[in-house]
Amino acid sequence: MNKPIYGVMAEFDSPSALVAAARAASEKGYRKLDAYSPFPIEELSDALHLHHNKLPLIVLIGGIVGGTLGYLMQYWIAVDYYPINVAGRPLHSWPSFIIITFEMTILLAALSAVFGLLGLCGLPMPYHPTFNVPRFALASRNRFFLCIEATDPLFDHDRTCEFLETLEPREVSEVAH
Amino acid sequence: MADEQQVIDKPAPQQIIAPGYTFGTVTDQIATVVLTKKTPIFWFATFAVGIGLLLLFLLAVAILFTKGLGIWGLRSPTFWAWDITNFVWWVGIGHAGTLISAILLLLNQRWRNSINRFAEAMTIFAVACAGMFPILHLGRPWLMYWLFPYPNTMGIEPNFRSPLVWDVFAVSTYATVSALFWFVGLIPDLATLRDRSNNRFLKFAYGILAMGWRGSARHWSIYETASLLLAGLATPLVLSVHTVVSFDFTIGIVPGWHSTFFPPYFVAGAIYSGFAMVLALAIPLRAVYGLQGLITDTHLDYCGKVMMATGLIVGYAYILEAFLAWYSGNVFEQAAIANRMFGPYRVEYWVLVACNVIAPNALWFTKVRRSPVLLFIWSLIVLVGMWLERFIIIVSSLAQDNLPGSWRIFESTRWDWATYLGSIGLFLFLFFLFIRLLPMISIFEVRTLLPQAKVEEEAGG
Repeated sequence: MNKPIYGVMAEFDSPSALVAAARAASEKGYRKLDAYSPFPIEELSDALHLHHNKLPLIVLIGGIVGGTLGYLMQYWIAVDYYPINVAGRPLHSWPSFIIITFEMTILLAALSAVFGLLGLCGLPMPYHPTFNVPRFALASRNRFFLCIEATDPLFDHDRTCEFLETLEPREVSEVAH
Repeated sequence: MADEQQVIDKPAPQQIIAPGYTFGTVTDQIATVVLTKKTPIFWFATFAVGIGLLLLFLLAVAILFTKGLGIWGLRSPTFWAWDITNFVWWVGIGHAGTLISAILLLLNQRWRNSINRFAEAMTIFAVACAGMFPILHLGRPWLMYWLFPYPNTMGIEPNFRSPLVWDVFAVSTYATVSALFWFVGLIPDLATLRDRSNNRFLKFAYGILAMGWRGSARHWSIYETASLLLAGLATPLVLSVHTVVSFDFTIGIVPGWHSTFFPPYFVAGAIYSGFAMVLALAIPLRAVYGLQGLITDTHLDYCGKVMMATGLIVGYAYILEAFLAWYSGNVFEQAAIANRMFGPYRVEYWVLVACNVIAPNALWFTKVRRSPVLLFIWSLIVLVGMWLERFIIIVSSLAQDNLPGSWRIFESTRWDWATYLGSIGLFLFLFFLFIRLLPMISIFEVRTLLPQAKVEEEAGG
C-alpha cells in the first residue's frame, strides 16, 4: 500500500476546459472534488453545485445586532446613564439617534461579512496539500486545476487518473499530503 | 408557434482593455511593478516630495502640540477654518474610490476593474489625512478617545444629539469598511504575489497576508457573495458620509449653512473632487508604468464624464444657494451670500466659480476627455476649486456671522499652510508605498475582462 495521498489533480489551459471537466466529473458521480482558478468563474459554481452559502444570513444577523446595539447604547446613555436636559426636551430624542444606529448597522454587517467570509472558507490556512504540487503556483496566474480528493467514495487511484486523462488535461499529478 | 419570442443576441461588448493580453501577461505586467528590483525615478522623486512634506507635517504638529491652536489663523469668530476645510476636502476625495468600488460594481460597470484598486487605496489614505484635521483641531488631541463612548471613571459620555459625534461614527465606520473592502479585494492578488515572488522573505510576507488563498471554486463562490454584500454595504456610505459631514454645518444656525440641500450638494461635490483625484493619480501612473493598455483612454473618458456630471450638479447647487437665500426673505441669509460674492472673499468665490462651474464645461468635448494632459490639468483645477468651495462655505459664513460687531477677516498663517501641505505629503507617502508594495490594479478582476475568460459550453451540455 502506497502512502495515502490527498487526491489527484488535472491541469487545464482554459476556463472552458475546466468547467467541462468539472461537469464531467460531477456527472460521473464524484462528489469530493474542487476546482482552482485564477479568477471567479460563475459556470464553475454551477457545475459543482455551489450556489448557496450562509454568508448573507451571517451579514443580516450582524447588521441587526449592530443596529440594535447602536440604538440601545444611545438610548441607555441619553436617557439613563448620562441624561442631558436641554430646556426640558425629551431625553429619548430618537431622530438624532438614527445616524449612529445606521453607522453601527453598516459597521457590524461589514465586519461579519469579512469574518464570515474567512470563517466559511476556513482561512487563514497557510498550509494546504494542493500547495505540494509544484505547478499549482500557476493557479493564481493562468492555469486551471481540478482536484478529485482521495476521500471520495468513488476514488480509486488508477481509475480516477485514467478518467482525468480522458478530459484532455495538460498534466495529471498526485497531490501528496 | 408564430409568436415565439425573438431573442436578439446581445451585441458583443466593446473591449474594455487593449487587445492582445492573456491571463499570463496581465498578471505579469501588474505584478512586476511590485516584484521588480528596479524602481522608476518618478517613484523616488514623488516619494521624496511626500517624505519632505510629511516631515513638514510632523513639525507643524509638534509645534501645534507645544503652543496650541493659536499657531493657526483661528481668531474669534472664525474658529473653523483651514482645518475643517481640509477635513471636508480630504473626506470628499475619498468618495470617488468607494463609488468606483461599490456602486459601479453593483451597476455591473466592468471598466471599473482596472481602476478600483488604487481608487480604494486613495480613499483609505484620503480618509486618514481627513481624520488628522478634526483630531488636531480638538485642542487637546491626545484626548481624542473621549470622542467615543467608553466606560470611564469620569462618568461622562458623548452627547448623541450632536452632529460632531455623528461625524465621529460616520468617518470611523467609513474608514473601517473601506479598509476591509480593500483588503478583501487584495486577498487573491496577494496569493498571486506569493506564488510569483522568488524572494523567501516576500513569499513569506505575501503568504501570511494572503492567508492561504488557493483560488478554490468553493472559496470563489463565497468570495463573490462577500464582494457583493460589501459593495451593498459600502453603497449607502458613499451617500451618507458626506451627508453627515454636511450636517456639521446644516444643523447649526450660521447664515449660509442652515439649509436642507447641503447633503446632496456635498455628496456631488465629494464625487466631483474624488474623480479629479483619481485622474490626477491615474494619468501619471499609467504613463510611468506603461499601463495604458489596462487603464485606457476610455477609462479616462468615463471618469471625465462622471466628473462633468457631478460638476454640473455642483454648479446647480451654487445657483440654488443664491436663489434660496433671495427667496427665503431672510436678511441674514441674503447678507451671507452677498458677502461671499462681493465681500472680502470675492476673489476666492469667483475663482471657485471659474474652477467648478465654468471649467467642467470643457469636458463636454471628447477631445478634452481623451487627452491625458488636458484632463490632468483639469483635474488639478477641480481640486483647487473644491478646496476653495469648502473654504468659502466655512470661513465666509463664520467671519461675517449674525453679529457685525464681532466680524473679523480670517488670515491664514504659515502653519495653516504647513499642516495642509503636510497632509498632502502624508497622502503621497502612503500612496506611493502602496504603489511599490501592492498591486495597484486588481489582477484577478482584470483577468475576468479578457475575452478568454468567457466560458464556452457545448450546446446541450
